[in-house]
Amino acid sequence: MYTLRVYALCIVAFMDNTQTLLGILGTGPSYGYDVKRSYDRYFGSKKPMAFGQVYATLARLLRDGLIAMLGEETGSGPDRKRYEITEVGRKRVSEWMFTPDVPEAQLQSNLFAKTVIALLLEDDAEGLLDIQRGEHMARLRELTSAKRGANVMEVLMCDHAMFHIEADLRWIDLTAARLTELRAQVTGA
Amino acid sequence: MEMDMSLGCNSSGVPLLSCRNLRVSFGVTEALRGVDVDIYPGEVLAVMGPSGSGKSTLLHALAGVVKLDTGTVTYNGSDVTALSEAERSALRLSAFGFVFQFGQLLPDLSAVDNVSLPLLLAGIPRRRALQQAKSWLDRLGLAGFGDKLPGEMSGGQAQRVAIARALVNAPKILFADEPTGSLDSLAAENVMLTLTDLARATGTTVVIITHDPRTAAHADREIIVRDGLVTSGSVAFSQASDVPQ
Ligand SMILES: Nc1ncnc2c1ncn2[C@@H]1O[C@H](COP(=O)(O)OP(=O)(O)OP(=O)(O)O)[C@@H](O)[C@H]1O
Ligand SMILES: [Mg+2]
Repeated sequence: MYTLRVYALCIVAFMDNTQTLLGILGTGPSYGYDVKRSYDRYFGSKKPMAFGQVYATLARLLRDGLIAMLGEETGSGPDRKRYEITEVGRKRVSEWMFTPDVPEAQLQSNLFAKTVIALLLEDDAEGLLDIQRGEHMARLRELTSAKRGANVMEVLMCDHAMFHIEADLRWIDLTAARLTELRAQVTGA
Repeated sequence: MEMDMSLGCNSSGVPLLSCRNLRVSFGVTEALRGVDVDIYPGEVLAVMGPSGSGKSTLLHALAGVVKLDTGTVTYNGSDVTALSEAERSALRLSAFGFVFQFGQLLPDLSAVDNVSLPLLLAGIPRRRALQQAKSWLDRLGLAGFGDKLPGEMSGGQAQRVAIARALVNAPKILFADEPTGSLDSLAAENVMLTLTDLARATGTTVVIITHDPRTAAHADREIIVRDGLVTSGSVAFSQASDVPQ
């Protein structure tokens, strides 16, 4: 059986950390430290996110109006500030979740992040997996038709790409089939 | 030729076969829980989804071989659900062809006899039926296999014979339930290439159930059946792509 830790061990790079942090803030206002803790819990068991990166990202999100600061504490230091997602920020998270990634190897990391964030936000995780499946099927169709009339070398190259896409699709199907389990784990633990 | 993902593809025309609010249950099991599907003339549609989700039931409902709780099936503009059992059966014989995963050829008949069967049933004289059957076997790359019994052929060859038999009386729609399920990748690909080539050449509409994405990729588009409902990433996708990034 999968645990989030195992998932996270397999999946580190290629995630869009900015959108992921923004998505975590979508669950409610937080201090920078808590955002980092949530990130590490879901995605960072192998490589926790450095404080520096967390605050740099939050500063950028703030600058872009995707999050806002909720009053300032008396002390200084970034960990005294509380952040809240803005409407524009929410829209951005939704766009990120429901815009399919380009099918390529290593896709799962970002898709996994989208799925977990969607579950945290009680959004349509199944829907975003469907959208990604559609994108993958479209690419598979493209390669299938490219194979018609191609020479053997080209056919084998297409086949290589197709088997990778198929592997992604299996992962998508399996994840869709285990959403209930994943939801329980993400929201429960 | 590439077809886009959107449900809108081919949809400028009128659907050849469509269903609305299909519900089918077996005892307490609700196999279909309100399904709408439109199938357009000449398209190859893949039906995907998890085991037990209702794919075969949907196919049977569309083909009129299972009793509906509610809903309508419209073929060529007329309500099939309003037909008598005899009329429905006549429609199936004349307009629909079927291919299944395996075990569908009559084991004691040669390939050519299996293929000519639907023609004989339709009252075509034996000589002509055999001639046509033979030419279909040729088109499916089975020249010289006519006298073989199903047990003397490989799975892929037997599947081609089954496809020939399904196509021999020029159905408007071919329904196929996991036709490549028992074949390896290469054999499955060859069967799909033959099937889609023939379907497109003859303008036959194809509805094909498959678990295999590579098989489904030969279709123009796919729908997903999950838990008795049809979902299609395509609709949501076209909405999502309107969003600037
Ligand atoms: N004749 C029947 N009697 C009782 N239950 C049935 C019957 N046919 C199907 N079912 C049930 O209806 C549901 C849908 O079955 P269906 O055969 O349509 O699934 P499927 O998507 O084709 O699955 P698979 O991919 O395994 O072939 C299942 O729960 C199945 O057990
Ligand atoms: Mg089935």
